[in-house]
Amino acid sequence: MHWLVEPGFWSNPVVGTALVLGAVVAVVSGAVGVVVVVRGQSFAGHALTDVAMAGGAGASLVGAAPLVGFLLAGVLGGGSMEAAGTERVRDRDVATGVVLGAAAGLTALLLYFVSSSSSATGSTQSVLFGSVFTVSPSVVPLGVAVAAGTLAALFVVRRPLLLSSLNPELAAARGVRPRAIGLAFVVVLAASVALSALVIGAILSTALLVGPASAALRVARGLGGATLGAIAAGVAAVELGILASYDSFYWSSAHRSVPVSACVVGVILVEVALSALWSRARARRG
Amino acid sequence: MGCEPLPEDRREVVHVHRVEVALGGRTVLHDVDFRVGEGEFVGLIGTNGSGKTTLLRAILGLQATTAGEVIVAGRPGRRGGPVGYVPQRVAFDHDVPVRVADFVALGVDGTRLGLARRGRGVRERVEAVLASLELSALAGRRIGALSGGEQQRVLMAHALASRPRLLLLDEPLANLDLPRVHETIAVLDRVRRAEGVAVVLSAHEIGPLVPVMDRVIYIAQGGVACGTTEEVVRAEVLSALYGHHVDVLTVHGRVVVVEGEAGDPGAHPEVVVR
Ligand SMILES: Nc1ncnc2c1ncn2[C@@H]1O[C@H](COP(=O)(O)OP(=O)(O)O)[C@@H](O)[C@H]1O
Ligand SMILES: [Mg+2]
Repeated sequence: MHWLVEPGFWSNPVVGTALVLGAVVAVVSGAVGVVVVVRGQSFAGHALTDVAMAGGAGASLVGAAPLVGFLLAGVLGGGSMEAAGTERVRDRDVATGVVLGAAAGLTALLLYFVSSSSSATGSTQSVLFGSVFTVSPSVVPLGVAVAAGTLAALFVVRRPLLLSSLNPELAAARGVRPRAIGLAFVVVLAASVALSALVIGAILSTALLVGPASAALRVARGLGGATLGAIAAGVAAVELGILASYDSFYWSSAHRSVPVSACVVGVILVEVALSALWSRARARRG
Repeated sequence: MGCEPLPEDRREVVHVHRVEVALGGRTVLHDVDFRVGEGEFVGLIGTNGSGKTTLLRAILGLQATTAGEVIVAGRPGRRGGPVGYVPQRVAFDHDVPVRVADFVALGVDGTRLGLARRGRGVRERVEAVLASLELSALAGRRIGALSGGEQQRVLMAHALASRPRLLLLDEPLANLDLPRVHETIAVLDRVRRAEGVAVVLSAHEIGPLVPVMDRVIYIAQGGVACGTTEEVVRAEVLSALYGHHVDVLTVHGRVVVVEGEAGDPGAHPEVVVR
């Protein structure tokens, strides 16, 4: 096994924390991601990562945990995006784009201040690329609590959420309030994005949200199966990514490890490619 | 424009009472008044843009009225009432990952929040509705993978699943070929008798509906005329509704409604009966 798992992997407490936190985050991203893909809200998810990034940068500037900044900014940004947006797809897209642009500008400004203040060394790195190996153990309970709350909220609203995602008019006729449901979901989405930003960084967290979900949706038939598949694919990607990143330290004589985020996204790309091949093969079989 | 009272033996499920609707500053429906009785099959007939969709949405509480009121099952109409709805032109994307049976189940419990799993009662109801619409074979398929006609049938099952008192169908026949049109009407006729649900179906052609309809609501110029086919599809009634002369002709045993003066290049046969 030496060639596969480099020495110290299992005994290292930092790795243990990373594996647990990574798995928790992947479960949330998988479950939320399936709904994001079904609702066609990948773009909103991506905009939220930019908003979260601004929050994370702001948090580092004032010395708070990035997760807190990711969360606050995401919920506020997502809420205002949903409140400003209308049911017309094009207006919603424009509102999302405006928020995205503003957030990216703010992030750049805040990160500039962060990187020029000596007290916050490494913050820019962890906001952009995640901090699963350097996360302070005190953040883990908060992360797990946010994850549990997010999953519970998603589970409670799942049926009206699905109905209004499939057809808002049908849902409204039945007495569902699509705007209220949309707002609830965007908060769930913001929390999920914040969690994945913590692990693989804000830049790549859309990949963890959408990648495993879209792969699972290609393979599974129903929504339940797709959700389980997305969770499995996400957990596999994060855990394999952490392992690969750890191992990569030993790959070159220079001992420079590949960041976790890059490894995780690499695994996700492989999963997406495999699912595409699989569904093409199924289509050919008929 | 008024309407005949309900046949004596029917209890009322919906009363549209002197409803007016304005859209974008224009009055689209004006003084619309009619009732539909329990288990009735009613055709809502009018050309494109005559206000069929607007009227159905007003009954559902999706469209605000500027005057008048809608009473559904004795109570003011509101969203979430005992009304099933099949909107016009719903098409699910090819990759929508929801099974037919799950989508139909959302017709029963799609508004419910909570942690509870889907109960046996819901699953049994879904099976029964799928069977009565001849959809059992599709239960495990993804809705996105079905043809347009199949999707529409699934939407009917979804709308019926919650045992509504009234089923509103907006142009469900528009994209079907003639054999499918007759099949769909026959299935709906059977289901409304079995379930005791009133059906209001909008269409721009009256012909295929004549054998099953109890009454017709004809909609034009923002108003309605209603009654049996024989009462409504007559030159005087339709001319009054349109506000200009309309001919109702019988050609080879079929009734043809011709709008406009003779020799008018815009004149076109509009409605065909029998
Ligand atoms: N949102 C809207 N704003 C302004 N006018 C509208 C709107 N929606 C529909 N209309 C108009 O209302 C009339 C009735 O439309 P509709 O109920 O959709 O007719 P139908 O369903 O019979 O084809 C049409 O003239 C249409 O142009
Ligand atoms: Mg219409």
